[in-house]
Formats: sequence, C-alpha cells, structure tokens
Amino acid sequence: MAKNSVGRDIPEYIGNRKLIPYMGPFEKEPDSIIKVNKRQSKILPGESKIKSTIKDAIISSGLKDGMTISFHHHFREGDKVIGLVLTIIKELGIKNLRFAPSAVINIKNPSIVDFVKDGTISRIEASGIRGQLGDAVIEGFMDEPVVLRTHGSRPRAIESGELSIDIAFIAASASDDYGNANGFSGPNACGSLGYAMIDAKSAEKVIVITDTLVDFPCVPASISQHEVDYVVVVDEIGDSASIGKGAARVTKNPRDLLIAKNTANVIANCGYFNDGFTFLTGVGATSIACIQFLREKMIEKNIKAGAAIGGIPAAVVKLHEEGLVKVVEAVQCFDAESAKALGQSNTICECDNNVYSNVHNKGNMVNKVDIGILAALEVDTDFNVNILTGSSGEMLGGLGGGPDVAAGAQVSIVTIPLFRGRTPSIVKKVFTLCTPGETVALVVTELGVSINPKHKNYEFLKENLSKSNIKIIPIEDLQQMAEEITGTPKPIECTDKVVAVVEYRDGTVIDVIRQIKK
Amino acid sequence: MNKEKLRRSLLYVSGSKPGGISQAPFYGSDCIIYDLEDSVPITEKDAARFLIFNTLKKKRPENIEIIVRVNGMDTPFAEQDLEAIVRAKPDIVRFPKIETPEDVKLADEYISKVELEAGIEVGSTRIIAGMETHTGVLNAREIATASKRIVAISIGGEDFTASMKTTRSVEGMEMFYARNAILIAARAAGVQAIDTVFSDINNTEGLIEDTKLIKRLGFDGKYLIHPRQVEPVNNVFTPNKKEIQNAVRILKALEEANKKNLGVVALDGKMIDAPVVDRAKRVIALAEASGVIAGGEI
Repeated sequence: MAKNSVGRDIPEYIGNRKLIPYMGPFEKEPDSIIKVNKRQSKILPGESKIKSTIKDAIISSGLKDGMTISFHHHFREGDKVIGLVLTIIKELGIKNLRFAPSAVINIKNPSIVDFVKDGTISRIEASGIRGQLGDAVIEGFMDEPVVLRTHGSRPRAIESGELSIDIAFIAASASDDYGNANGFSGPNACGSLGYAMIDAKSAEKVIVITDTLVDFPCVPASISQHEVDYVVVVDEIGDSASIGKGAARVTKNPRDLLIAKNTANVIANCGYFNDGFTFLTGVGATSIACIQFLREKMIEKNIKAGAAIGGIPAAVVKLHEEGLVKVVEAVQCFDAESAKALGQSNTICECDNNVYSNVHNKGNMVNKVDIGILAALEVDTDFNVNILTGSSGEMLGGLGGGPDVAAGAQVSIVTIPLFRGRTPSIVKKVFTLCTPGETVALVVTELGVSINPKHKNYEFLKENLSKSNIKIIPIEDLQQMAEEITGTPKPIECTDKVVAVVEYRDGTVIDVIRQIKK
Repeated sequence: MNKEKLRRSLLYVSGSKPGGISQAPFYGSDCIIYDLEDSVPITEKDAARFLIFNTLKKKRPENIEIIVRVNGMDTPFAEQDLEAIVRAKPDIVRFPKIETPEDVKLADEYISKVELEAGIEVGSTRIIAGMETHTGVLNAREIATASKRIVAISIGGEDFTASMKTTRSVEGMEMFYARNAILIAARAAGVQAIDTVFSDINNTEGLIEDTKLIKRLGFDGKYLIHPRQVEPVNNVFTPNKKEIQNAVRILKALEEANKKNLGVVALDGKMIDAPVVDRAKRVIALAEASGVIAGGEI
C-alpha cells in the first residue's frame, strides 16, 4: 500500500497491474511511444462495407473472447445501440469482454448488469458507472475492479496502450455506405461525436451503425471512411429527446438558481471576465442555469466570449446566435437543440475529445479555458472534489471532464449546495477523491464563496473578488455551517476489496473505491 | 424591535418542511415567516410546532427577522402554538384572520401570560395582525391600535376576495379599496403595512407589476411564498440612482442646517419639512439594505 500526494492509500498492484500513485497535476511524464491498435487494411475498388446486420458485422470484425469493445455516450439515456450490440454479442456466445465506452449511461432495458452476470462482460473501463451497474459494482459484484478515467485520460490511455480497443461501435445519425459519418444529420441527431473520434482513429476494427444511410459522400463527415471497416443500417440508433435526461437538465430549484447567480457574479468579478474570454460550463443543472445569468452580465458589461468549449447545452447555442459567443467547440451536445445546431454554423465546431482534454497531447483545449464551471457531489476543506460517490457511498456520477478542466483552466469554479437532503456537501474529507484540491480555484455555494489559498491564481482572485460585494467565507466555516444544519454523518464502512480504481488524467491513481460494508 | 425596520420581503416557509426551513435564510429576504397555519396539514401541526421551536432555540438564523404565523385565534391550535412558540422567542407572531380589536387583545393577553411564565420580558414579542375579510378591513383602524405589540398590519388577498364574493385578478382592482383601507389604518396607527402574496410563482413579470403598484400605494413590503420571489420584490423596493442622490442631498442639507443652528432647512430654494426628511432617510435605508450603497457612505 502506498500513499499518494493527496494522502490516499493506493494498493501497489491490482492483479498484475502495477498502480502509479498520483503525484501532482502535471508531474507524470507522457509515454514516449504511442501504441494505438490501428491496423492497415485493403479495401478494393467496388467492395462494399455494408453489412446487412449487426451480427454479420461483429462476425466479420473477428470479435473473440477477451477482446475490448468500445462505444460512445453522446445519446446518453436515449442510446439504443449499446444494448442492441451487447445482446447480439451475447447471442454469439462471446465472453469475458472488456467493455470500454466513453461513459456508461444508465441503460435499463437491457441492463448492462445482465451482461456482466452472464459473463459477456468481465471488465469495465469508463468515465463513470451510475445506475444499476454502479450499485452492482459498489456491492463488489465484479471480480476485476472497474477502471474510471476522466474524459481526457481516455484518449491518453488509448494512445499509451493502456486501453487498446479491438472493436469500436460508433452510432452515427447519418452515414454513407463507405463509413463517412456524422452525428448531426438525420432524424436522430446526437450532435458532436467528439468522444468517438479517438476510437475511430485507433481501434483495430470500426463498425459504424446508422439509421440514416445517405448518398456518398456524407458531408461534413466527423468520422472518415478511411477509419471505418463496416457500416450497418438499423431502424433507430437513439432518441434525441432523451439526450437531455439525467444530468443535463434545466432547473427551477431556487437554491440551484441562487448558486448559479452567485457563480455568474463571481465570473463577472474574478478578473478574467474580459472581451474574448473562454468558458466551459459542463452539464450540471446549476451550470446550465448559470449561463442565463452570465448572459445578463455579458450584455450589461458589453463583453463577448471568444469561445465556449466542452459539452454544449442549448443555452450556449443561444448565446452564440446572439453574438455573445464567437466560437463554440463542442465535444458533446447536451440536448436535442444543441445537437441539431452543430451542423448549422461554421463557428459551432465539433471538437475531438483528444484535442479537447488529453493532458499528454501537444496542447489541449482545456488549457485555453479561462473560466470553467464544475459540478460536484462533495467538496472537502482541502478543496478536493468528489464527483463519483454519494452520501452512502453509492455510485452517482462520472468523472467526466471535471478533473481535466480544473487542471487546465485559469479559474475552476466548483458549484455546490451546502447540503443535500440531510447530508452535508462540504465535508472534512471527501469519500472519493476525484479532482485534487490544488486545481480548484473557488467553491461557490448558496451562502458564499471560498477561495482556495493553494490555487495558483489565489492572490489575483482574492484581490479582484474582495472589491466586489461577494461574500467570501473560509471553506472551514462553510463546512462547519453545513454540519451544524445536518449533523455529522456516520462514516461509510468499507471492506478491503477494491471495486473501482479512480485514475487521474495522467493515468496515475488518485483514489480507489472499496466495497461498501453492508 | 423597531417598527420602522425594513420589511420589504417576508418569505413564508412551511413549518412541516425541514429542508425549506434550513434553506430559507439564504435567499436574501428581510424576514422569514415560519408557517404553522395553511401550509401545515392538521396531522402535522404538532411536529411543525416542535420543529420551529427547536429551530428557534438551537439554529436560529442570524441577522434576519423571524416571524411565526400561528393558527387563527378561532382554531383549537392557536393556544398550543403560542404556548410553544412564544417561549422560543421569535421577533414577531403573525396572526391570520383578525376581524376585531378583541381578537388582538385576546392574543396579546395570551402572549403576555406565556411571556410571564417563561420569564421573557412582557411585551417583547411583537404582533403582525393579518386581516382577511371585509369585517377585518372595516375594523382595520381599531385593530392597528389594539395592542402596543403591533408592528404591522396586513391584508390577505385570497380570503378577502372570497369574503367579497369575487376572485383575485393580476391587476388587483378588487383589492384596491381594501389595500388603501389597511394602509390608512397603518399610517394612522404608526405601524407598517404589508401586502398580500402574489400566488403565481412562475409569473415574475406579474409579481413585479403587483409590487410596483403596492409600493406606489405606500406599502412597506410584501409576503412571499417562494424564494424566487425575493429578488424581484427587493429590487422593486430598491431606490433608483436619482432617488438616492436626491435623498443624500436632502440629508446633507439637513446636516449643514443643524451645524449652523438654522431652524429652517432649505434646498434649491424650497423648504424641507419633516416628512421629506423621513422619506429621504427611508430611501437611504432601503438603498443600504439592497446593497446599492454601503453604510456610512453619505
């Protein structure tokens, strides 16, 4: 057992894998050799890539026991491809697969748990595993611990060879017969295919699944024909209307709105709110509400943003339409409106997740973010953030891009209520450490704002925010106030069994999640 | 307890909702009203009373006026409410359905009895008397002066319009006389006047218009049923730049005149009398409460 630099106990090995403890946000050097799984191929003139069924495509791809399969999560809860593909794999009797989607969304029918139970899937590597599968994992259901990676860590892991994808399944809302495909044309648009691009570029075999076959060439193409092996047409790949379900929602909750308003106030006064500033809002209800208040500040002060980066909700598209945001760089779209908007303007651009957030590329987008707004389940008095586990240790969220943005942005703002239900959200020590406190600049609550004395821009932020009417409170006071209201929760008891490994964006291990004792 | 304290926004929170009670202090209202009446089902009256008592004793919000709305004096709950609540020392007890000065006197007597038993300074618990029927409105003048404890009187729109065999409209014409009757009674008694709730929490524009109207009539504040209503109402009561500048000039002129021991204060050739000074002081107080100007800036 080793202690990493944020004080968490990390096992030296899990199975045969040696874990590297987290050392700091920029300490780990990148691997010197890129080890993608791409294979050369020979497609002769006149040959067709169309397969009549998913089953045919899977058989042609050579999928075997023990291989790694990948998916993207842009349809979120509206996805209809993942369940379809897994069902056919199960029918083919293929076992012990490593399931490595960009994130596990909460698919209920069929449930991913069933594919784990019957041995189709034996390993999972993703950004988060909420829902039924999350519950099963935390109860110690799987033999192999789940590996949780940030959005930025996934392309890094793929390029370094840690996550070698054999077969990538890409749901595209439009494709031609040669595999040129995108996510924003056709009736079932999911918008950006930002998370699928690295899979298309690096997997040994790539299968595009679409419900809208268009004439060659499909333009513009997010996925290029030279990366695609097979194309399959199905009835329906997903439901655009359900993309906004789950995490992405518009709130009327007065407390969320108050936090959102406080956040907009912080942004307007932090010193980075200048013409051409870049921002990132994420998918949380508070973040989306904050965009409305930010809009008012931008109009009031006649300030226009240079770019909005990351996951894009309709509210950001509206700012773009109003001329308040010059360029939108969308790695994913959070609702049907933003998904449709992607193809409508040449300044609403699709952004490859590798470009967006990989810490070990030659310059990622998150490094150019001035202000990033992040959601959290818990924050502790060292500003460490938990975005994975809830008050009883249950899996509630995904790492997403939060740790990537926190590290890259000039100002990373965590928005969080003092307490939820009967449990405090500002705690002495987070249960699962996902984002290291040293990368978090500010915590904004309904009661006031805490500035992190250990953040690189502390002095600058303190000076600017002190000039405003924003209530600045030490985080220890917020924690105490939260606990005064809710009482002190009983610590969650765990067994020694590690059920999930929480990787930092550079592949080091920032924390592990242990099985909850019943 | 200052009868002239700012009471622009008085936010109701149900006594049977612990989550709402713990969050209520965060929304910037001048007062919080913990409710034991309409928002609490009969089966939960005991629990709500207990929760409010404990909140006031153990986790009372700081720097915010605390009011408890008890059940009407005509209900079996009123005495039990007062027995518990007065001991927890809220700033104000707000009574619903006051129809006659006798109702207030009865409430006053009961509060005095509890104060005496609990060792609390007799008279320290203040009262807001709510009138909700035509009879109450007709008796407003006598009600407003029925007890020294009264800091404000108010009008309840829904019940009042029901008693008048009509319904409330967004424009509020059916309330026009009653609002003025309450206001005149309040001003004559030297207490504040609080306006009824605006029920449609999703109609912010309507709320703003309604608040502008009651501010123009002369009301001191408004009851609110949702945290989202706090900011729009506070904003309406926030003086604009011109009003603040004018108030500052008046108070400076007064200061100068006092320094020179002048009996008459004049500004721009016009005499400034006491009501003008009072109004200027209130504008400054409102501006300070709204954060538009900082204390001591004048």
